[in-house]
Amino acid sequence: MWAALRCVVMRDLTLAMRRRADVLTTLFFFVIVVSLFPLGVGPEMDTLRLMGPGVVWVAALLASMLSLGRLFSGDYIDGTLEHLVLAPQPLTVLVLGKIVTHWLVSGLPLVLIAPLLGIQYGLSADALWVLVLSLILGTPVLSLIGAVGAALTLGLRGGGVLVSLLVLPLYIPVLIFGAGAVDAQVTGLGPQAHLSLLGAFLVPALVFAPWAAGWALRISLE
Amino acid sequence: MAVRQINWFKFSSPATFYPLAGKLIPYFAVLAVVLTVIGLYLGFFVAPTDYKQGEGYRIIFIHVPAAWMSMFIYVVMAAYAGMGLVFNTRLSSLMATALAPTGALFTFLALWTGALWGKPMWGAWWVWDARLTSELILLFLYIGFMSLKAAIDDPRRAARASGLLAIIGVINVPIIYKSVEWWNTLHQGATIKSSGTSMETTMLTAMLMMSLAMWMYTIAVVLARVRCEILEAERDTEWVATELSKSP
Repeated sequence: MWAALRCVVMRDLTLAMRRRADVLTTLFFFVIVVSLFPLGVGPEMDTLRLMGPGVVWVAALLASMLSLGRLFSGDYIDGTLEHLVLAPQPLTVLVLGKIVTHWLVSGLPLVLIAPLLGIQYGLSADALWVLVLSLILGTPVLSLIGAVGAALTLGLRGGGVLVSLLVLPLYIPVLIFGAGAVDAQVTGLGPQAHLSLLGAFLVPALVFAPWAAGWALRISLE
Repeated sequence: MAVRQINWFKFSSPATFYPLAGKLIPYFAVLAVVLTVIGLYLGFFVAPTDYKQGEGYRIIFIHVPAAWMSMFIYVVMAAYAGMGLVFNTRLSSLMATALAPTGALFTFLALWTGALWGKPMWGAWWVWDARLTSELILLFLYIGFMSLKAAIDDPRRAARASGLLAIIGVINVPIIYKSVEWWNTLHQGATIKSSGTSMETTMLTAMLMMSLAMWMYTIAVVLARVRCEILEAERDTEWVATELSKSP
C-alpha cells in the first residue's frame, strides 16, 4: 500500500515537473492577487496590517481552488483514472497520493512565499511565523476538501465554475481560523486555539476526504 | 388467524407513490393554511408585547420556525440522499431533489427576517456572527447541491454525485445549531431548551403553531414537486403514459 502511495506521488510529481509552467502559474496567481489589494484599498500600512492575514488566506484559497481542475482531469482524459479505479490497491490510498502531490505542487509553494507577501503588508516577525504555521496546517485541508469537489465535477461542462460553488463554502471554516490565528497573534491573544482547531480540521479531513473523493470518482466514472 | 403481510416498500416505488402523494397534498395544504392563520393571529394579536424589544420581536414567529426548518430540511434531504446512495432507490434521490429548493427558501427567509430584525435591535442589517455566517454557508450548500444536480446530464450520476455532496454538507448543521454556544457572539442563545423555556406561553404556542404550519407547507410543496420529478424521471414508462392520458 505504501509502495502504491509512493508510486502515485512520484509519478504525479514527475508529471508536474515536466510541466513546470502549470506550477508557477498558480504561484504567480497567488502573488498577483495578494499584490492587487494594496493597490485597490490604498497603501496605508495600518489598514494593510489589519487586512494582511485575511488577504493572504483568501488568495491561497483561490489559488488552491484554481489548480483543482488539474487534479484528476489529465488522468481522466487519457484513461489513467479508470485504471487507478480498477487497480487492486485501495482507491482511497491512490487518491490520497494524488492529493499529497497536489499539495506539494500547489500548496507548499504558497506556504513558502507567504512570508514575503506578509512583509509587504507590514506583518511582524511573530505574525509571519503564525501565518506560515497556519498555512501549513490549512492548505492540506484545502487540497483534501477540494479533491472531493474536483472528483464530483469531473468532466462536466463548466466544471471549473461549479467546483468553486461546491468547494468554497466548505473552505470557509479553514479561512476563518487560518486568518483568525494570525489576527489573534497580532492582537496578543495567542494563536494556540485557532491553530489547534486547524489541526482538528486536518485530521478528519485526512481520514475522510480521500475516501469521499474516491467514492465521487467511482460515481463520475461509472 | 393468518398474519397479514404488510408490504413496507409498497410506496417506495414511484408508480404507487405518485397517486398517494396526489391524494395527500390537499390535506397538508389545508392544514398549512389553517395553522398559519392561527399562528400568525396568536403571534401578532394575542401574544403580549416584549418588555425590552417592543413590537419588533414579533418577527421571531417567522424567523425562528424558518431557521429550524432550514436546518431540519437539510438533514432530511441528506438522509434521503444517503438512502438513495446506499439502497439505490429511485424515489429517495427524487425526494432529496424536491426538498432542496424549499430548504433554500427557508434558509433565505431566516436570513432575510433576521436582517429585518437585526436593523432595529442591533442597529445593523448584517453582522459577521458565527450563527449568521454558518446559516449563510447552509444557503451556499443548498445552491451547490442544486447546481451540481443541474449540471450533470445523466440523471443517475446527477443523483449520486449531488447525494454525496449533501452528505458531506451535513457537517455544517450541528455547527449552526451549536454556534451560539461555541462562539460567544451577537446572536442570542436558544430560548427553548429541553429544561423549559423562558418565553411566555402564548408566544411559545404561536411559535410552535407557525413551525407546524411550515412543516405542513413543506410537506405539501415537496410532495407536489416530487410528483413533477417523478413524471420527468419516469417519462418513458407505461404507467406515466396511462396516468397522463387519464387526467384531463
